[in-house]
Amino acid sequence: MAVTATTRDDAAIPVVPRPISAAIGVLPLAPLGTALGLVLGAVLRRHRRIFDRLGTHAGKRFGLRPTDLPFALILHADPARPRITLARRLPRDGLHARIAGPLAGLAGLVDGRLDGDALFFSRVLSVEGDIEAVVALRNAIDDAGIDLLGDAASLLGPFARPAERIARTALDVAGGFLHPTGGPKGGTARSGPWN
Amino acid sequence: MTGSATTGRVELTLGPVLFNWEPAAWRDFYLRIADEAPVDTVAIGEIVCSKRLALYAEHLPAVLDRLAAAGKTVLLSSLILVTLDRERRQMEELARSSDVLVEANDVSCLTHLVGRPHAIGPFVNVYNEATARFLAGRGARRICLPPELPATSIAAIAAAVPETRIEVFAFGRVPLAISARCVHARLHGLTKDTCRFVCGEDADGLAVDTLDGEPFLAVNGVQTLSCSMANLVESLDALAGMGVASCRLSPQTGDMVAAARVFRAVLDGGAAPYAAPGAARAELARLFPAVQFADGFLHAAPGAEYRGAAPLP
Amino acid sequence: MELICPAGTPAALRAAVDAGADAVYCGFNDETNARNFPGLNFSRAEMREAIAYAHAQDARVLVAVNTFPRAGSVPLWERAVDDAVAAGADALIVADIGLLAYAAAAHPAQRLHLSVQAAAANPDAIRFYREAFGIRRVVLPRVLAMHEIAAIARAVPCETEVFVFGGLCVMEEGRCSLSSYATGRSPNMHGVCSPASHVGYRDEGGRMVSRLGDFTINRFGPGEPAAYPTLCKGRFRAGETSGYLFEEPVSLDAAALLPALREAGVTALKIEGRQRGRAYIEAVVRAFRRALDALDAGRPIPPGGLQALTEGQTSTEGAYRKGWR
Repeated sequence: MAVTATTRDDAAIPVVPRPISAAIGVLPLAPLGTALGLVLGAVLRRHRRIFDRLGTHAGKRFGLRPTDLPFALILHADPARPRITLARRLPRDGLHARIAGPLAGLAGLVDGRLDGDALFFSRVLSVEGDIEAVVALRNAIDDAGIDLLGDAASLLGPFARPAERIARTALDVAGGFLHPTGGPKGGTARSGPWN
Repeated sequence: MTGSATTGRVELTLGPVLFNWEPAAWRDFYLRIADEAPVDTVAIGEIVCSKRLALYAEHLPAVLDRLAAAGKTVLLSSLILVTLDRERRQMEELARSSDVLVEANDVSCLTHLVGRPHAIGPFVNVYNEATARFLAGRGARRICLPPELPATSIAAIAAAVPETRIEVFAFGRVPLAISARCVHARLHGLTKDTCRFVCGEDADGLAVDTLDGEPFLAVNGVQTLSCSMANLVESLDALAGMGVASCRLSPQTGDMVAAARVFRAVLDGGAAPYAAPGAARAELARLFPAVQFADGFLHAAPGAEYRGAAPLP
Repeated sequence: MELICPAGTPAALRAAVDAGADAVYCGFNDETNARNFPGLNFSRAEMREAIAYAHAQDARVLVAVNTFPRAGSVPLWERAVDDAVAAGADALIVADIGLLAYAAAAHPAQRLHLSVQAAAANPDAIRFYREAFGIRRVVLPRVLAMHEIAAIARAVPCETEVFVFGGLCVMEEGRCSLSSYATGRSPNMHGVCSPASHVGYRDEGGRMVSRLGDFTINRFGPGEPAAYPTLCKGRFRAGETSGYLFEEPVSLDAAALLPALREAGVTALKIEGRQRGRAYIEAVVRAFRRALDALDAGRPIPPGGLQALTEGQTSTEGAYRKGWR
């Protein structure tokens, strides 16, 4: 088993290095937001089952704040028109729940490589607001089997494979993190939350 | 009162003492109950921790005699969590030899009671009419329902087994959980086997507060109870109307005889002394000062809440 | 010994089967099962597909219908039993006496397992369910000690299944109303313990406060590992004592006891965690599959693997170990 042998769970979660984060910080938000919105919106539309699992929580707005990046994402889980927008910071009002953590943690949650409870227990992720909606979202996404990079790259048509390869390599380098059973496994066993 | 006239007289049952009381205090409590309390039935026996029984066993025969002489129906209650061989033998003996009605608090006891009249205690999970019917068909004459049941469930069950006396947990700290681990011992740095009976220091259980200092739970050896006391005195009319045959009062320190008198008076109806809304609750609050009352379970709400005279769902 | 693994979603079920589960347990997406969480569990169609997937790989599916039917709504639970049978479930995991009676009468050929929620903690209780409903297996409570498990396995006329990994109930399962006392929703009636709908987290100057209903359950210092606000693993005060009065936030790991469990004659080993993500399920199932393979081959249980999964002080052998009580 590829277990990251660490004594502290969060030590296994890579963080976007500060220079890179700073460099992103000076980029204009609009084009980045448009690109990201297109990609993630398409991922959500491809995995319609997510909205069935969300049940009564479909339609809610989730604020996602990568703590190592100078911007935040707002996910509007509207089944008719799912969308993701970018903001310098999360708005004070209008969100049902907020999830904060390093980008790699959030991404690992989305494609099922990381266990959400473990990330929460180890304080890598923090959640606020409508916790039931967060749990529903986590479960729905975990079942969807999203391959974030693969799904996103496929939108690029003929450029898909090279782009995906570059992205994967970048993330691998960032954290030695994309092994199928990698991640903060020390944390996965940090107590079952619901007995 | 409405309803109770057509559904028969609601009885009062005194539940078993859940706490580790001084043997003499335990005996004196029951002798006074026999002489003075307007309760019809007394359930008695060690249901929480088998280690405690030996402490007061010598007083049991005299207490049983006195209760019988006072005309009380006696139920012998069985242990909630049975794991040791010694406990299994005790429960089998209780179930087989007794000429008194046995109240089973664990399914293991039912193995020995099949086909014979018996009572079902609140620790056997009777959550619906199907289970109640099954148990009634195998000899259950009375069923005290689990405290967490809402009024709608109580009504449905009572309607389904009209020949079986349905009882509800109406007054006292609510038993919420049982473990093999003795939390009382753990808090004293001991284990269940080496406990030195430290639970005896807390006659109503050891209060457990939240980190904010809010009263929350109470620890009684291997059992966890609510810190608040269940009090259904403002719902007795409704309970009678849904066919409840008996209300259980669970012993605490404080004047249980007086508490039983309040319940009896309210059940008997009439003008005085508790006709005014809230009067019976106020009297119980005077008798048991510094405790909060709770009836949330009955209202399908958090069990810790008190809704009082609010209409039942 | 069989390895029984959890699945909260079809993806998790596939992960468990692929990782080496002998059987997977799961439930319908309603209050009939004891992990009735938002976004979790199986529709009727998903259940049929999941069973087909498992059967194609020689794995079994055990369907949990293990809450206590609500009075007046019993047919909802009976339908769950019927649908699980129709979907081809290899066994039903049931706790309620009335529902067991229904299942035994309506589907006499169906294999029935007694859920841990039935709180059958000794041979007499188990015998009752065996004689009344013909249960073929009992899932034992997590409050029993190792020697008691062995004694039960010897004494009862059916198979035994014990938890070896995951959440640890401090209180006897099926007899705990702590959650409903604080929230109005209970494992027995609603299939939830400390439901997310009643959970709140608040930041108090870097300290995270967890609340359940109207009650503060815990307060974590900056960076301190957190736990879910289950009442039995919260921090409270009693007299002069303050802290984890009932149990620390730990998880069960009985990997080291596998030889003893086999010696005791236990039939099946259960991993808790239908609410956990695929990542957890795949890793834990794989680790236990390796451990069991080693045990069968007469090799020592592989060191390290499971240790790393549980992170030192956060795992316990629970009540199985002497002195827990």
